[in-house]
Amino acid sequence: MSEIVKITKASGTAVPIRGNDIDTDRIIPARYLKEVTFARMGEYPFFDERYDAAGKKKDHPFNDPEYKGASLLFVNKNFGCGSSREHAPQALYRFGIKAIVGESFAAIFAGNCTMMGLPTVTVGEKDIQQLMKSVEENPRTEYTVDLESKTLAYGNQKISIDLPETYRTALTAGSWDSTALLRANLEQVKKTAAKLPYTHNFAG
Amino acid sequence: MAGRTLYDKIWQSHSVGVLPTGQTQLFIGLHLIHEITTAPAFDMLREKGMDVAFRERTFATVDHIVPTDMRRRPFLDREAEELTQALEKNVKQFGVEFFGLDSLNQGIVHVIGPQLGLTQPGMTLACGDSHTSTHGAFGTLAFGIGTSQVRDVLATQTLAMDKLKVRRININGALGTGVYAKDVILYIIRRLGVGGGKGFAYEYGGAVIDRMNMEERMTVCNMSIEGGALVGYVNPDQTTFDYLKGRPYVPSGTAFERAVGYWKSVASDAAARYDDVVNYEGKDIEPTVTWGINPGQSVGVSEKLPMPEQSADPEGAKKAYEHMGWTPGAPIIGTPVNVAFIGSCTNGRLADFRAAAKIAKGRKVNPNVRALVVPGSAEVKKLAEQEGLDKIFAEAGFQWREAGCSMCLAMNPDKLNGREVSASSSNRNFIGRQGSPQGRTLLMSPAMVAAAALNGKVVDVRQYE
Repeated sequence: MSEIVKITKASGTAVPIRGNDIDTDRIIPARYLKEVTFARMGEYPFFDERYDAAGKKKDHPFNDPEYKGASLLFVNKNFGCGSSREHAPQALYRFGIKAIVGESFAAIFAGNCTMMGLPTVTVGEKDIQQLMKSVEENPRTEYTVDLESKTLAYGNQKISIDLPETYRTALTAGSWDSTALLRANLEQVKKTAAKLPYTHNFAG
Repeated sequence: MAGRTLYDKIWQSHSVGVLPTGQTQLFIGLHLIHEITTAPAFDMLREKGMDVAFRERTFATVDHIVPTDMRRRPFLDREAEELTQALEKNVKQFGVEFFGLDSLNQGIVHVIGPQLGLTQPGMTLACGDSHTSTHGAFGTLAFGIGTSQVRDVLATQTLAMDKLKVRRININGALGTGVYAKDVILYIIRRLGVGGGKGFAYEYGGAVIDRMNMEERMTVCNMSIEGGALVGYVNPDQTTFDYLKGRPYVPSGTAFERAVGYWKSVASDAAARYDDVVNYEGKDIEPTVTWGINPGQSVGVSEKLPMPEQSADPEGAKKAYEHMGWTPGAPIIGTPVNVAFIGSCTNGRLADFRAAAKIAKGRKVNPNVRALVVPGSAEVKKLAEQEGLDKIFAEAGFQWREAGCSMCLAMNPDKLNGREVSASSSNRNFIGRQGSPQGRTLLMSPAMVAAAALNGKVVDVRQYE
C-alpha cells in the first residue's frame, strides 16, 4: 500500500473455461479455506475438476500443457457466483492469471478481484465466442488487455472491453488497495458515525 | 419530491464521502466476523501496524468449521484447530468481543446477529460471508464481502462501494398449505435467474412477505445472493419491532421508543421510485426442489424435470444432468435421497425445526437415510430442546447436533460420501458443495427435507399437511 502499483495492461497467452454460472466452490473447494493464509492457494484452482479422488489428472484446461503459462482467463456468464471467498480470485491469481475476460461476473467476485489488482473485464457474447475459438485454435496466441483504451488486442484484431468506471479508475490510478484511501478519512468517518442514532444507542 | 427507498435513505445517511475512484465511502454500522475469511485480514493489519478502528462495532464467533458431534479441544482436524486458534488470538490481540464455543451466544453469524438484537433496521452491516444478505430481513443494508474488504472494515469501519439499483419484488396474495419461505425464494431465483440480480438490491414486499415472521423473512433475504443480488431487504414493520424488543443489544424504555421512531423513518416511502418492479402470485408457488447444480435449476414438486433444449441455458442444463444423473422429463417426485440435512443460515432457526418436527413426529426416518438436524445457534438448540423438538427428531431417527454451519458447506466432519444424494435445507447445490466432489444436493424447505427423510425419496410434503 505504501507503493502505488498502477495496473493498466495485462498481456500474454490465455486459457478458456467454458460454461455459465461457474461458482467459487468449483473454483476452490471449501476444504482449502481451512488454511490460515492465502500462500498456497495457487495449487488449488478447480482442484476437483482437475484431479480425481486418487489424485490422477483429469482433462481440464488448467492441466493442458498447451495452455501452460497463460496469464489471461476467458470465461462466460456470471463467473464467480456463490460464496464470497476471496480464496477463489487468490487461487486464480497465484496460479498465474493476471486478468479475466468474460461475458459477466458475480458482484462479490468482481469486487474481490479488483481489490487484489486483478481486472475483470466484460465483452459481448459474440466476442467471447471468437476469443475462445481463437485460443482453442492457437493456444500460443498473445492477447493484450488495455484498461486505458478499454480494448483487447490480438493478432490484427482489436475489440472493445468494459468494466465499471470506478474499478477502472482504481486499477489504473493504483488505488485498488483501498485501505489507505479509506483510512485517510477516519475523522470524517467518526463524524458520519456520530450522526447515526444507533451509534449512541438511541440515548436521548 | 419523489419518494425514496430504504436503500436510498440508508445509503445517504451512511455516506462518508466520494472517493477519488468515484466510489462512495460507506460507514458500516456492524461488522460480524468468523474464523474462515478473517485470518489474512488481521495479518494485513499487523503488517501495516493498524488497529481495529471501531472495535465496539465488531463481533466474532466460530461457525463454519466447528464439529457438531463432539466439540472437545483440540479438534481432531488439525487445520480446523489452527484456524480457530488464529481467530482466538486475533480477537484477543485486537480487543474484539468473541462468542466462542463455550458461549451460549455462539452460532452461525447470520443466526446470532438477529437473535442478539445486534442486527437492527436502518443500519449497514458487513460480514465476510455471502449470506450476509440475511440481515436485510430487518431493513438493514447487509453486504457479503471478501477478505480484503474485511481488512478495510476492520481498519476503517467503512467500505468503498458502488451504488446499486433497486428492484421491488412483490409476492401478492397468499401461500398455499405446505409452501414456505424457502419455496418463495427458490421460486424468485428460478424466475429471475441466478445472475438476474446483478447490479440490484432486492426489496421484497407484498402481502405474503408482510405476513411472514422474521425467521421467514430471513430465509428469503438469505438467498438474495443466489439470485445474484448483493443485497436483499424487507422494510421494517411492527413484526420487526416486536421481534427486537427485549433482545440483549436492543435499547429498552424510552430509548426503545426512539429506536422504533428511527426504524420507521428508514422504510421505503409509499411513493418510492424503483428501477424495476416484478409481481408474483403466492398461489402460483409450489413446494420447490432444485434438480441441478445451481439454485435457479428448480421445479415445483408436481412438475417434471426440464428438457435441456427448452431451458434458458441448454449447455448449463446438460452439465447439470451430466453431474446429477437424472433423466430429463422424469418427475422430481420419487428421486432417491440418501442424506437429509436440516440446518444452515437459511433454515436453521426455531420456526424451521418446528415445521420439520411437525412432519417427523411419530414417524420414522427411512433406514437408508442418514438424517441430521443442526441448530443455527446454541440458543436455537436450547429453545428447541425446551419445546421437546430434539426428542421428536431423535425418536424419528434424526441425529440432533451442536450449532454450526455443518453440511451446508462441509468444512467440518459432516459430509456427503461419493455419489450420495442429499435433501438439504441449505442454500447451495453447487458441485462438491456438501463435501463430496461427486455428491448431489437437492435444495428444499425443512418440511420437505423431513418428508424426504421419512420416505427415502422426494415426496410432496402436502400429503402430510
